[in-house]
Amino acid sequence: MRVPQEWSAASSGERTERDPEPRPGSPGGRASVGGLGGPFEAPHEIGLRVWRAVGPGGVVVAAVVLLALLAPVLAPHSLGAFDLTHRLTPPIWDARGDWTHPLGTDTLGRDVLSRILHGARTSLGIAGAAVLLAGALGILLGLLSGYAGSWADGVIMRLAEIQLSFPYLLLAIAVMALFKPSLVNLIVVLVLRSWVVYARLIRVVTLSAREREFVVAARALGGRAARILFRHIAPNVVGPSIVVSSFQLAELIIVESSLSFLGLGVQPPTPSWGGMVSEGRDYVGSAWWISALPGLAIVVTVLGANLFGDALRRSLDPRLRVS
Amino acid sequence: MCRYVVGRVLQAVVALLGVTCVVFLLVSLSGDPAFILLTPEAGEEQRAAFRELYGLDQPLPVQYARYVSHVARGDFGSSFAFNRPAIQVVLERLPATLLLTATAIALGVVVGMPAGVAAASKASGPLDRLVMALVLLGQSVPTFWLGLLMIRIFAVNLRLVPVSGHGTVLHLVMPAVALGLYLAALLARLTRSEMLEALAQDYVRTARAKGLSERVVTVAHALKNALLPIVTLIGLQLGALLGGAVVTETVFAWPGIGSLVLDAILRKDYPVVLAAVEFVAAAFIVINVALDLLYGYLDPRLRTART
Repeated sequence: MRVPQEWSAASSGERTERDPEPRPGSPGGRASVGGLGGPFEAPHEIGLRVWRAVGPGGVVVAAVVLLALLAPVLAPHSLGAFDLTHRLTPPIWDARGDWTHPLGTDTLGRDVLSRILHGARTSLGIAGAAVLLAGALGILLGLLSGYAGSWADGVIMRLAEIQLSFPYLLLAIAVMALFKPSLVNLIVVLVLRSWVVYARLIRVVTLSAREREFVVAARALGGRAARILFRHIAPNVVGPSIVVSSFQLAELIIVESSLSFLGLGVQPPTPSWGGMVSEGRDYVGSAWWISALPGLAIVVTVLGANLFGDALRRSLDPRLRVS
Repeated sequence: MCRYVVGRVLQAVVALLGVTCVVFLLVSLSGDPAFILLTPEAGEEQRAAFRELYGLDQPLPVQYARYVSHVARGDFGSSFAFNRPAIQVVLERLPATLLLTATAIALGVVVGMPAGVAAASKASGPLDRLVMALVLLGQSVPTFWLGLLMIRIFAVNLRLVPVSGHGTVLHLVMPAVALGLYLAALLARLTRSEMLEALAQDYVRTARAKGLSERVVTVAHALKNALLPIVTLIGLQLGALLGGAVVTETVFAWPGIGSLVLDAILRKDYPVVLAAVEFVAAAFIVINVALDLLYGYLDPRLRTART
């Protein structure tokens, strides 16, 4: 697809507001790295900047990660436990609820709170692994594409375009259906979605970094390509990559839970938020909490990751900091 | 201009070949049909006969060429479940999908674009903050969950609309709103950022200096220039939603292509799955090319800027 860069960013579902593509005539149009703690900052100012970069979103994400890590300790019931005599118990705020199952039970009498906590491990684990893999792959290919240019650039960008000319969810569904919906396949499908976003962004950042004075100087001094790439260009890529990763985490959690909701992602009995929403589907009229509460967990986590990304971008991109 | 058109169409053909290649590889990699489709009791001889019948004993490139020639003629084989041409089964669902997609996009445009324009015209003001908060929320709520909540509230509690299915206008309301809100969030965000950019341009300052009213400046000068990327997004979403509304269609049991694909997968009706994937991908590419050609016409700079 030959869609100009800044348009395709929005259309491919990427949430960066603007590509850091340098605009002709705008002096600020360069890749942004906002290192923390300049030489003249007092400690409390650094603290303030760290807080601005983290924001409420970062706190939410950290809390969910912590809950996921501690799930086996925090969950009031064990993962496999079910109690057929206490099926469809409502949450405690309902008159019929009780403290043994604070968020109620599902159709098999499994504790909803425990399953949400364990589901956090599944959802965050899968999305997190996919973001890391897609990031590693996409950043490498983006650097290569942007720095080497010529045929490598052509091949990588053509691949990206073919990938983007597929309606993604349909592709994901076809892959998961034709192959077994295993954990590995699920992660592969998610990586497939994400690497393009990294590769295209990093390519643009690399292209603009390549023309900066210190890179030109390094090249003029006879620096080897690998050294220039990793020593002088790679640091420029760190900031944008971190910002994108936060948005991608949000995105992939939604994709994973959508696939699990459709029955093509995480397979029962492994708890996943999307799968739990799906299990409660036929009970929305009566036992709404089975679907509603895991869905709320998705919303809170994704909202947190999106807010975190926004806060990171604002603190890492000097152009957005003026206000 | 002629070179631009030819180049663009050639690229589309390459992309289409790429798509069929990917689909073909997916199917070949997913296992030997002789084991998937025949009963486990079938002997090796029967399997060999089966492979010969469908040309599966030929080398992969030969199989691919044959597949492409079939696809080019719109032949995807027969649906296992309906025993009719698979592509026919897919096309029957097209009207329902188009209706849902068009309504949702209309809703997204009507809600999202004015919100984005209003947010950009007073950037960082209270309205801007509100719009951006809603956009964030709209992008963070998974469609399937929103759909279930809507069913609970509007169909079960308030009994305003039917739970699911299709047939009347009332059936269309919830799926269109669930899908439309997501599109509205996307559009509001893009409209806002494009408008912010356009409003900072020199021609806007000139228009203001001429004494034009703020409304004329916003709509006739800034919005008109911000429109191209917005139209692109709408076009791409139209393409993606032809098949991508799987989740919404499933939640509300809307009989479109998305829910057909999911059913076909559960029934292992692979010809239908492949026909749907190829059809939607092709539609997606055609829409893309049409949009690009339109821009080449609207904005001459694009014809030469990117070969």
